[in-house]
Amino acid sequence: MGAHSHDHGHHEESFVSKYIFSQDHKMISKQFLVTAIFMGIIAVMLSIFFRLQLGWPGEKFGILNAFLGDKWAPDGILDKNAYLAMVTIHGTIMVFFVLTGGLSGTFANLLIPLQIGARDMASGFINMLSYWFFLVSSLIMVASLFVEGGAASGGWTIYPPLSALPQAMPGSGTGMTLWLISMVLFVASSLLGGLNYVVTIINLRTKGMKMTRLPLTIWALFVTAILGVLSFPVLVSCVVLLIMDRSMGTAFYLSDIFIQGEALDVTGGSPILFQHLFWFLGHPEVYIVLLPALGISSEIIATNSRKPIFGYKAMIGSILAIGFLSFIVWGHHMYVTGMNPFIGSVFVFTTLLIAIPSAVKAFNYITTLWQGNIKFTPAMLFSIGLVSTFVTGGLTGIVLADSALDVNVHDTYFVVAHFHIVMGLSAIFGMLGGIYHWFPKMYGRMMNSKLGYAHFWLTMVCGFGVFFPMHFVGIAGAPRRYYDYSEFDYLDTVISLNPMISTFAIIGGAAQLLFLFNFFHSIWYGQKSNQNPWKSNTLEWTTPVAHIHGNWPGALPEVHRWAYDYSNPEHEEDFVSQIVPLKAGEHAH
Amino acid sequence: MNLFILLVLVLAIIAIAQLTKVYDLSRSLRNTREEEVSAADNRLNANAWIVWMIVFFAGTIYLYVKYGDYLPESASEHGVAVDKLMSVNIWMITIVFFIVNYFLFTFANKYRFNPARRAKFFAHDNRLEMIWTLVPGVTMAFIIVYGLITWNNMTGPASAEAMQIELYSKQFDWTARYPGENKVFGAADFNLIGTTNGLGLVTEEGVAAKLAEIDHNLEQTEKAIANGKAEGTMPDSYLESLEDQLYKLKRHKQRILDLKENELNGVSQWKAGADDKLVKGEFHIPIGQEIEFVFRSQDVIHSAYMPHFRAQMNAVPGVPTRFKMKPTITTAEMRQKLGNDKFDYILLCNKVCGAAHFNMKMTLVVDTPEDYAKWLAEQKTFGGEKKDKKEEVPASPAADTTKTMASIN
Repeated sequence: MGAHSHDHGHHEESFVSKYIFSQDHKMISKQFLVTAIFMGIIAVMLSIFFRLQLGWPGEKFGILNAFLGDKWAPDGILDKNAYLAMVTIHGTIMVFFVLTGGLSGTFANLLIPLQIGARDMASGFINMLSYWFFLVSSLIMVASLFVEGGAASGGWTIYPPLSALPQAMPGSGTGMTLWLISMVLFVASSLLGGLNYVVTIINLRTKGMKMTRLPLTIWALFVTAILGVLSFPVLVSCVVLLIMDRSMGTAFYLSDIFIQGEALDVTGGSPILFQHLFWFLGHPEVYIVLLPALGISSEIIATNSRKPIFGYKAMIGSILAIGFLSFIVWGHHMYVTGMNPFIGSVFVFTTLLIAIPSAVKAFNYITTLWQGNIKFTPAMLFSIGLVSTFVTGGLTGIVLADSALDVNVHDTYFVVAHFHIVMGLSAIFGMLGGIYHWFPKMYGRMMNSKLGYAHFWLTMVCGFGVFFPMHFVGIAGAPRRYYDYSEFDYLDTVISLNPMISTFAIIGGAAQLLFLFNFFHSIWYGQKSNQNPWKSNTLEWTTPVAHIHGNWPGALPEVHRWAYDYSNPEHEEDFVSQIVPLKAGEHAH
Repeated sequence: MNLFILLVLVLAIIAIAQLTKVYDLSRSLRNTREEEVSAADNRLNANAWIVWMIVFFAGTIYLYVKYGDYLPESASEHGVAVDKLMSVNIWMITIVFFIVNYFLFTFANKYRFNPARRAKFFAHDNRLEMIWTLVPGVTMAFIIVYGLITWNNMTGPASAEAMQIELYSKQFDWTARYPGENKVFGAADFNLIGTTNGLGLVTEEGVAAKLAEIDHNLEQTEKAIANGKAEGTMPDSYLESLEDQLYKLKRHKQRILDLKENELNGVSQWKAGADDKLVKGEFHIPIGQEIEFVFRSQDVIHSAYMPHFRAQMNAVPGVPTRFKMKPTITTAEMRQKLGNDKFDYILLCNKVCGAAHFNMKMTLVVDTPEDYAKWLAEQKTFGGEKKDKKEEVPASPAADTTKTMASIN
């Protein structure tokens, strides 16, 4: 595709081939983004529904009844099973559909060809398939909310036997079947996308774009895609075995079970096997979510500090180290499963090692700000916010990685606080920052910065307002996924934080309306963008504002320098595009 | 109420839209570009970082002061070591939290854009990078070693003096089982679970009764199938479900026939169950005695969480798990310490297991050895309990064909 496709810009595209079955990476990127925003709206709404129950248990909310009906919210009180379904689908959508499909799908598609100087992805057709698998799996996941018995309810980690036995809970019936089908399609989408990203980055870099000149966004997306390609197939096996246990009478995960008056004819399986397989994907998945956000923020922070990113090679090294280590830490989710304590020790060791490359990244971000000349665009605010959430949430990971400490905080709100800050907020901040930053590239128009400021500050305050107090709720011994805490005297003090947390959640959720309005309004009415609004060095800003097939009208640009020549004293301007040849005697970085 | 919320939302969106319009107009009048951050905006955001930092830090300190005293002191021996490790960890991460966030926010404030200044071209510095690789490295080494020492101490094998208690979980309650005077748990098997034998303890009479029950059901099912075939009116799907039922019963019978009597410490485990004691709702343990909990589950994964003892272990169907601890503070002493005479230790489920997960709990009482012995003596044994009640044979679903037929039609 890459070599000959710039001719394609000349012939007319039909509506269908341009907007629907598009094979152009820029259009596919927008399709991913809009789908992810739609999924994100659902996931946020679900979280507000269950936060209403947690904040004011037993209180009647007409709005719950209006949305969920008499079956799931009779008299405006959330049903117990519906509560678990909301929690489960909120997590599933956020982790997979918004922060994996949405984040990687949007930015890998948009940025890989544009930043490495390629006409398109290696295979436009496979790329298109990746989106369509994603869309179908999204629709199935949403549809699962409407089936009898409700959506999957065993938590987003769907541990069997709970998820394997329809007798165990209503959500383990049709809802779980749809969840599993949706997930298989999702993995197909992810693999098709990931393979394409890896192949494109390796093969289609333009002349002069050495691996050591790639912007950090591309490095992050590259390692992310490799993690996905290596770990998602394991999730498929894990899910397929579960489908067999559910529908074909096998017993991979089941043994010695008596439920609903019946001793099941299954012996010899182990529920723990599922957890090993699940977390073999599940932990790299955390970094599949996080790394693109870190790559995006590296780019935004360097551009808006008008400084080179500090320690470019250390940043690449830490991305690689995090990527590698993420494969050998999955057992830290399983310290209390009865796993041999010695194996637990090994996972303590490998997990805590991740703190080192993570610390390097955090310090490098801060040093990039030092002596910078910072322009606070909305994207820059979100990126700085990301550094704060990454550090704050990462630190509590040290406690959870320590098996002896994990015993007492495992599956409590401490965990909820930890991963929502380090993974949830960080990745969402990276995604929102990326949208504000590359919106001009995607739609040729600018987003409104004033609304962006309001959106950021409300999101920042509410994000921490929701998740930071949860540390204290968890450390006092409050289990997660409980419908109501009022029966536990020992939790009275910390549970008094719940109304405040829920209030922040509602305000924070409402604040996203500012973003939605800004996004859709700016697509049609935003100020028309310049070619390089942020005065950035990377190649995407050398393409014309109006999208064309093949990205560059003439020959592909040639790259002569790294992406971070900001405020280079050897140049007058405070940025030097990657296509500018080195001056005589100038040292390349 | 709903209408009101909707109205507010709609009005808010209209207000934003109008404000945006005004903003767009004024921008085109002043001829400014959206991407150019005005000096006023830049100052506002730069200062906002400091305001945010103050609010964030003050909030953090408030939470530490008000809620930092999370749980009462640990009531178990290993828990004391865990708490010490925890406070070392919390101190370290809190200090790093304040330092790193402080630098982040103050740098953001201090190095705001100034057209008269040029950013420093500072791409890397090996010495600095070495420092912040090594310092976290050394810190992590300390945390790893300290953590693993604590972990090894708490997870080693239980000593010979340890007393065993089984915690058996099912949707949605707990049962505690004490091995009785012979100190050997009776064998248990999920195939024998029934209305009078919730844990599936294996005894010769139990096996015989279960086999009789299955044989009875087999006979009924076979009869129903024969009748159905002879009459020829039975729907195929129902006939199939009966045959399926028959197959399951045969398999169930075979699984029971496969059970082998085994011995532990010279006691037959089929006979050891008679003096086992089963309690629900509340269970007692003696202070100062090492206890090895054995966890089993009947249906799905549950997790036995005892926050006051810093103890937790999953209960996994088919895979027994263990956790040992030594209680150090009795319930009465803890009540006194907390000045709360209603305080109770608690065991709760901490792995989502269904709709009533949030209510799956049992009270745990730590007694003096004397009180414990007295309490235990009052509990009925499994064998004794059985003599009181007559073994009931629950009706098989296949036994009453007419009823099932009616429900299908």
